Amino acid sequence: MIRVLAILLAFVAPVAFAATEEVVGALSQNKVSITANFDGSEIFIFGAVKRTAPIPEDIGPLHVVITVQGPRQEVTVRRKERVLGIWVNTDSVTVDEAPAYYAIATTGPLTKILSETERLRHGIGFDKAIRTVGARADVEDPESFTEAVVRIRQKNGLYTEADSAINLREDTLFATSVALPANLVEGSYTTRMYLVRERAVVGTTETAITVQKDGFERWIYTMAHEQALLYGILSIAVALAAGYIASEAFRLLRR
Amino acid sequence: MQIYLPIAEVSVNAFLLLGLGGLVGILSGMFGVGGGFLMTPLLFFIGIPPAVAVATEANQIVASSFSGVLAHLRRKTVDLKMGTVLLVGGLIGSAIGVQVFRILTELGQVDLLVKLCYVVFLGIIGALMFVESLGAIRRSRKPGAPVKPRKHHSWVQGLPFKMRFRQSQLYISSIPVLLIGAAVGILAAIMGVGGGFIMVPAMIYILGMPTKVVVGTSLFQIIFVTGFTTLMHATQNFTVDAVLALLLLIGGVIGAQIGARLGVRLKAEQLRILLAIMVLGVCGKLAFDLIVQPSELYSIGSAGH
Repeated sequence: MIRVLAILLAFVAPVAFAATEEVVGALSQNKVSITANFDGSEIFIFGAVKRTAPIPEDIGPLHVVITVQGPRQEVTVRRKERVLGIWVNTDSVTVDEAPAYYAIATTGPLTKILSETERLRHGIGFDKAIRTVGARADVEDPESFTEAVVRIRQKNGLYTEADSAINLREDTLFATSVALPANLVEGSYTTRMYLVRERAVVGTTETAITVQKDGFERWIYTMAHEQALLYGILSIAVALAAGYIASEAFRLLRR
Repeated sequence: MQIYLPIAEVSVNAFLLLGLGGLVGILSGMFGVGGGFLMTPLLFFIGIPPAVAVATEANQIVASSFSGVLAHLRRKTVDLKMGTVLLVGGLIGSAIGVQVFRILTELGQVDLLVKLCYVVFLGIIGALMFVESLGAIRRSRKPGAPVKPRKHHSWVQGLPFKMRFRQSQLYISSIPVLLIGAAVGILAAIMGVGGGFIMVPAMIYILGMPTKVVVGTSLFQIIFVTGFTTLMHATQNFTVDAVLALLLLIGGVIGAQIGARLGVRLKAEQLRILLAIMVLGVCGKLAFDLIVQPSELYSIGSAGH
């Protein structure tokens, strides 16, 4: 009887331990304001593993994966081809969902520490975050268009993947920082932290960072979109005033 | 000092923009051109999206041409009647141009169209100016050489709907005037320029207007056409960046004063050859970018726009 229990426990234990490992996380800031002098921002992400039992010894090492994902957008990707000697946009593919920003930080190489199915289930990785459903039929290689999204956004610092960028201490405390570039899009940026053991996610938590234009920038942007006519008239009025002042100043200087 | 442009959604150095405004301002003061045809491509080069560059530049031209026309009004060198007829054509042209711009933005071809327009027009204007000023320099070395008299095109005289333009001392058909206005309006909307560099020669060579009223009248028309273009872009394409316009304006206004003073000290032919070389340079760079295989063949555009 005792032996049976022991065997049962041995089976249950790792699962039980895994289930009792929870992740608690926090960010240095939950709000990023794009103001006139906004030149990018760095977010410090840290967390801890909460346990009700000692650190399990008999299963694989603990890994942490952190993703920060910007608002999903529908984008049109265009490809240039040489037509009559000049480079012209020809084929285009509409990508239904591509995050405007995507950062991955891990404690090890992503594909090694997480299995393909787990990445798919949780949508972790550039290839899993971008979805193309309605690719136009006459394009032979729609994959090259999604690859282009990743390539271009990596170049612009919007997509980043930093293997081993998380500092994990004593399998309990972890921290990393993620750079937000100056060319950010407004919206809600979801930060997810995953605890990974034996290539599977065992715990996860989620927080959001709000990115929005603020102050003067916010005012201009809102007005340009919501009161376009007034904004246009004001722009012209400012230009006319500037022209008038310049002309008067010119006359005064000439005297 | 980096500054985030709310509509262009890029962060650029504010001093770079002030400097660019100043530089183009100096040129416009020196050569008496609006400078839009140089500023817009320069904005492309520093990474402002072409749609925003074109719409914002139209707004900036409102300021510089208003400042210019005030001086001309004081000197009474504006033909208001001619300007108004040109303006009617210009507004129609501008409305067409903004629609063309919007349709091409949806098709993803707007960058190409704008750049092609620039290559063609800068190429033509630059080459003409270069040849003309070289000729002028040669003539000035050979004093006494005859200057060709200006030809008046007779077909303009034959058209109906004649109007009298007192200030220009002309009695001509309103059709060519409207057509010139419309052509300039379309260009203003697509290229983000005032169009003075096309309108001025057209007024002199096609309409036969006296040179002293040409610049003031063209400026008068440009204010309204670029103002209208700004309004159309602002309400239909949401691409006017007020912060960008303001920074360019400040630089431009100061630059224009310096330029006007510098211009007096240099010889006209040398000035024009310098301008021609610069125009051809910008044209060459744009053409080169269109012909040489780009390092990235793909580009991302938002689906909604």
